[in-house]
Amino acid sequence: MGTQVEAVAEATESDGAMPVRRPLMTEGLFRSVTLAAAAFLLLSLAGIALLLVVQSQLSIRAFGIHFLLTDTWNPVKQVFGALAPIFGTLVTSIIAMLVGVPLAFGVTFFLAELCPFALRGPLSVAIELLAAVPSIIFGMWGLFVLAPFMAAHVQPALIALLGPIPVIGKLFQGPPFGIGMLTAGLILGVMILPYVAAVARQVIATVPPMLREAAFGVGATRWEVFRRVLVPYASKGLLGGVMLGLGRALGETMAVTFVIGNSHRLSASLFAAGTTISASLANEFTEAESDLYQSSLLELGLILFVLTFAVLMAARIMLAQSGGKVKV
Amino acid sequence: MTPDRSILIQRRVVERISVGLAWLATLIGLAVLALILFELLRRGISSLRVSTFLQSTPAPGEAGGLLNAIIGSLVMTGLAIVVATPIGVAAGTWLAEYGRDRKLAAIIRFLNDTLLSAPSIIIGLFVYGIAVRTVGHFSGWAGAIALGLIALPVIVRTSEDMMNLIPESLREAGMAVGAPRWKVIVSIVYRASFSGISTGILLAVARISGETAPLLFTALNNQFLTSDINQPTSSLPVVIFQFAMSPYENWQQLAWAGALLISVTVLVLNILARSLARRST
Repeated sequence: MGTQVEAVAEATESDGAMPVRRPLMTEGLFRSVTLAAAAFLLLSLAGIALLLVVQSQLSIRAFGIHFLLTDTWNPVKQVFGALAPIFGTLVTSIIAMLVGVPLAFGVTFFLAELCPFALRGPLSVAIELLAAVPSIIFGMWGLFVLAPFMAAHVQPALIALLGPIPVIGKLFQGPPFGIGMLTAGLILGVMILPYVAAVARQVIATVPPMLREAAFGVGATRWEVFRRVLVPYASKGLLGGVMLGLGRALGETMAVTFVIGNSHRLSASLFAAGTTISASLANEFTEAESDLYQSSLLELGLILFVLTFAVLMAARIMLAQSGGKVKV
Repeated sequence: MTPDRSILIQRRVVERISVGLAWLATLIGLAVLALILFELLRRGISSLRVSTFLQSTPAPGEAGGLLNAIIGSLVMTGLAIVVATPIGVAAGTWLAEYGRDRKLAAIIRFLNDTLLSAPSIIIGLFVYGIAVRTVGHFSGWAGAIALGLIALPVIVRTSEDMMNLIPESLREAGMAVGAPRWKVIVSIVYRASFSGISTGILLAVARISGETAPLLFTALNNQFLTSDINQPTSSLPVVIFQFAMSPYENWQQLAWAGALLISVTVLVLNILARSLARRST
């Protein structure tokens, strides 16, 4: 407290010496500068949207709606269709959600109800450090460690086990190279785990302790308390956390670029090389010689922008409605 | 067996299974972190040499290091933070001190939160449009702008949060003795939330020092050490990307050395920020 009182004293002292007018002017100036900085955020967001819309006009005019419906991606003939990257973005994100969300809820259940109190802090920090690992590290690890492991063990087993089944089998065909949609989706799943878990832990913490205690009081098991009391109470915030994870998965670039194989071909098999919007941008943007090629890539960027911002905004609205301030 | 008893057994089985799966999920999460760190240490340390810090990136098969990439990363990260910090803290100040419950503040807060998790490659495209295409060449400046735009929402968010933690009575005390608003903010609020705001800046540094995607089409890469930020500039993440995807043994080794450097930096910054935040609250 000492320093603050000093600060107040110092403030009055120096003001006493000033003419009356100057503090008022400084006040107005200070206020305007901070407002300008806050407005800068709005401007840059508007700038991003505007630039993407303007610079993708060439491609929008050339291909129209066909851009979204065809999978031809031919820089030589200058014909571009975004179906393959859109498909890849959606498929890898779906796999990521199928893997990451159950894992995140498992971690949340563990940290909320099962974990010994002394371990709770260190374990939460460890899970949150997973979120701090740069995505390029996940990519390298995926390429050099996970992909060879998938090729040697997981994919042959899946082909033998599920390949012969009529419809589902189509998903598990082709040579087991290790890279491809499935590996990319798995890495994304692990990457979104800490985000979803961090939000879930915070919204679960907002549940009034009385509800938990009442449920335990009538003899509910730990799982029943979690499933029937905590999760329903925090459902909106939890859904917001899941959407936040989806937003990350849709836009993640480097981790995917390493293991996706970069092929603009549509394939039903999850083992096939594919591409996502962000991976196409990372791989091709600096090599795009012609204006139309570059404009097509920018249109891809515009699609990604619309997709992720819609998801992220929905996530934030749900988190805001769930009450408690969530920090991610 | 009575029906009551079978329900009890069923509940107990469900409980056991769910508890087991929760343990499994946590172990998987921790195992992935451990496996990544293990692989980084194993391959990174064996590739790390003194020359890594003294020489620039080599041609395939030749000896070399990462000096140009390390310097490039430091310079661009430094510039980005120097630019983003005043803007971010000022914006946070407006939200926490002037905007408060106003509609405009709510909108800016909402959009800032959205920008916080926006795909960084989109930022790269934007900066390409404003700072590369207009000038006609890739440059370290463009890379720094892109990194700054990514750091900005992190700084805004944490500085607002930290200023909100300062008790209202401190502000009132300042005003009561006649200090104008700005003086209260600068001399009381900033002082009291200094370590909190520093946490935000550290987290922003951690966030951008691993960023690759926004540098790919802004700073690009440079095989040589350059002091001219107007030139294409190499950075650790981009060099790691290029070298790791290459078929050359010595390039891949350098990529692992770089990956170790980046991960250690990012993790240390995060832990540092955490302990600083704990002390400030």
